[in-house]
Amino acid sequence: MLSVQNTDTPVTFSPELKAKFADVVSRYPAGKQKSALLPVLHLVQAEYGWVSAPAMDAVAEYLSIQSIEVYEVASFYTMYFLKPQGKYMLEVCRTGPCEIVGATPIMEHIEQQLGVKEGDVTEDGLFSWRGVECLAACGFGPVLQIGPEYTFYENLTKESVDTLISDLRRKAGN
Amino acid sequence: MARKLLLEHINVPGINTFDVYRSKGGYAAVEKALKTLTPEEIVEEVKKSGLRGRGGAGFPTGMKWSFLAKPEGVARYLVCNGDESEPGTFKDRFLMTYIPHLLIEGMIVSSFALGANTSYIYLRGEMMPQIRILEKAIAEAKAKGFLGKNILGTGYDLELYVQPGGGAYICGEETALLESLEGKRGNPRIKPPFPAIAGLYGCPTVVNNVESIAAVVPIINDGGEEYAKIGIGRSTGTKLISAGGNLKRPGVYEIELGLSAEEFVYGDDYCQGIANGKRLKAVVAGGSSVPILPANLFLKTINNEARLMSYESLSDGGFATGTMLGSGGFIAYDEDQCIVRNTWNFARFYHHESCGQCSPCREGTGWMEKVLHRLEYGHGKMSDIDLLVDVSKKIEGNTICPLGDAAAWPVASAIRHFRDEFEWHVTSAYEATTRNYGLAHYADPLNAVVA
Repeated sequence: MLSVQNTDTPVTFSPELKAKFADVVSRYPAGKQKSALLPVLHLVQAEYGWVSAPAMDAVAEYLSIQSIEVYEVASFYTMYFLKPQGKYMLEVCRTGPCEIVGATPIMEHIEQQLGVKEGDVTEDGLFSWRGVECLAACGFGPVLQIGPEYTFYENLTKESVDTLISDLRRKAGN
Repeated sequence: MARKLLLEHINVPGINTFDVYRSKGGYAAVEKALKTLTPEEIVEEVKKSGLRGRGGAGFPTGMKWSFLAKPEGVARYLVCNGDESEPGTFKDRFLMTYIPHLLIEGMIVSSFALGANTSYIYLRGEMMPQIRILEKAIAEAKAKGFLGKNILGTGYDLELYVQPGGGAYICGEETALLESLEGKRGNPRIKPPFPAIAGLYGCPTVVNNVESIAAVVPIINDGGEEYAKIGIGRSTGTKLISAGGNLKRPGVYEIELGLSAEEFVYGDDYCQGIANGKRLKAVVAGGSSVPILPANLFLKTINNEARLMSYESLSDGGFATGTMLGSGGFIAYDEDQCIVRNTWNFARFYHHESCGQCSPCREGTGWMEKVLHRLEYGHGKMSDIDLLVDVSKKIEGNTICPLGDAAAWPVASAIRHFRDEFEWHVTSAYEATTRNYGLAHYADPLNAVVA
């Protein structure tokens, strides 16, 4: 089960996570540890499912930068979730090449199957979905991706989406 | 059959592993470069090859390299641009997924040529699977002595790292990419200074597309002059074209530049025509930002010459009747596609991806999206069409980076070539919400130009 971070509680990163941070920081010259910010935020999101304000403050402290430097980055890039999402966030490409091979009907089908609007979370906490811009898989559309591994599902049909959703439900049930 | 320089071994089982890649002649360019060539000689070979930047701009790679400042005691960087986010473009993802060592090999040779001891491959964050693939390939190459300290006993040191982005189209612009790599928002920098003088951490930096760096491998193996023999005119070598949309066989194709456009769309070795027996209505030849062309103008130039897949032929006629090769992101539209809807979709994309730094782009992209939305949904006015052209002209050329132009061109070109379809969305507003305009005259033979 995904641990959802309460927004007000301070975050303490585990030694394992901090070891991953340190590995990232080692890639840059001394004093340029701010370069680690984007990869570190990905690691935080993979751990907690989203990026909370206390988590961002802890990242700032770890990288010896100001909190605002983390907030402005986390809010600029689209991959970071600033509020909790479903365990599985289905991100469907909605840009031109996917659109002309049927992205909109796929999103409508997902909305219907999950029973939640774009950006909302299903009651069981398992699913969210949203349309995203071009995922660079234009020859295999429609496509969707699911973090934190960012597994790709290509050439989507309503049937393959149904199978995917029921597979994920089964996986979560274990 | 066309020569393949990048994808020759793409179907060999296990080519994504070091050993199989090596058994097919892989890393020979590293041995040749580090043991027998000087950095200057490598730059010279790349200049001779005529290689032009494969990310979209088409700027000669060798010339870009020769601009790199080399102040004493200052680190220099090579950064590979794998942000690939231009709608229609998926060639770099393909290359990195299936033959990652080609990019690693190109990075080693190019880093040596530029005198870089630390290099970064910046990938868009959504490419986490490709990041894992590349990190595995880097570890393999390092274990075999092709990366790290004293590579192949030549005394040359190189560390190579993969950096994820966070989901932002703008980071494909090289200075925005450098900002992002420094852990900041992807706001493009004002140039000058160019990255060649002050790039990553203020140090001299070269930023090259994935495919450009991969192309350095055959250039070093065969020599720049051999590479330049392939292609046509100033469009030398091979190019990856990622073809999507309503094609019978979409995918990534390596073409010799100069292939006829008709052969590319209909040929058995390429896309095999339009899916479901339909007819071609329009083409975006080089990624969403290049001007869209109706089928007739894509297949033939205004002078009734066959259009070729090359930098020069695709831009023949300028923006009035031509387009650009761009990134090689090829999108085909069949007769059932609505140009107004597609233009609205692209406008929304650019509005979403504008970094917000320059007001003409930040505000203009939003206006274009809104006006196109009302045209598509039956609430448009005839004056909206000229309004869109007006807004696009006020964005174009008035922004720090080319995203403004990239947002303006698709709208301006769609209206230039498909104006009657836009007008029909106003005059037959209700009907336009129930059916598409169809092929109309967009594939008809062109009228002879009378001077």
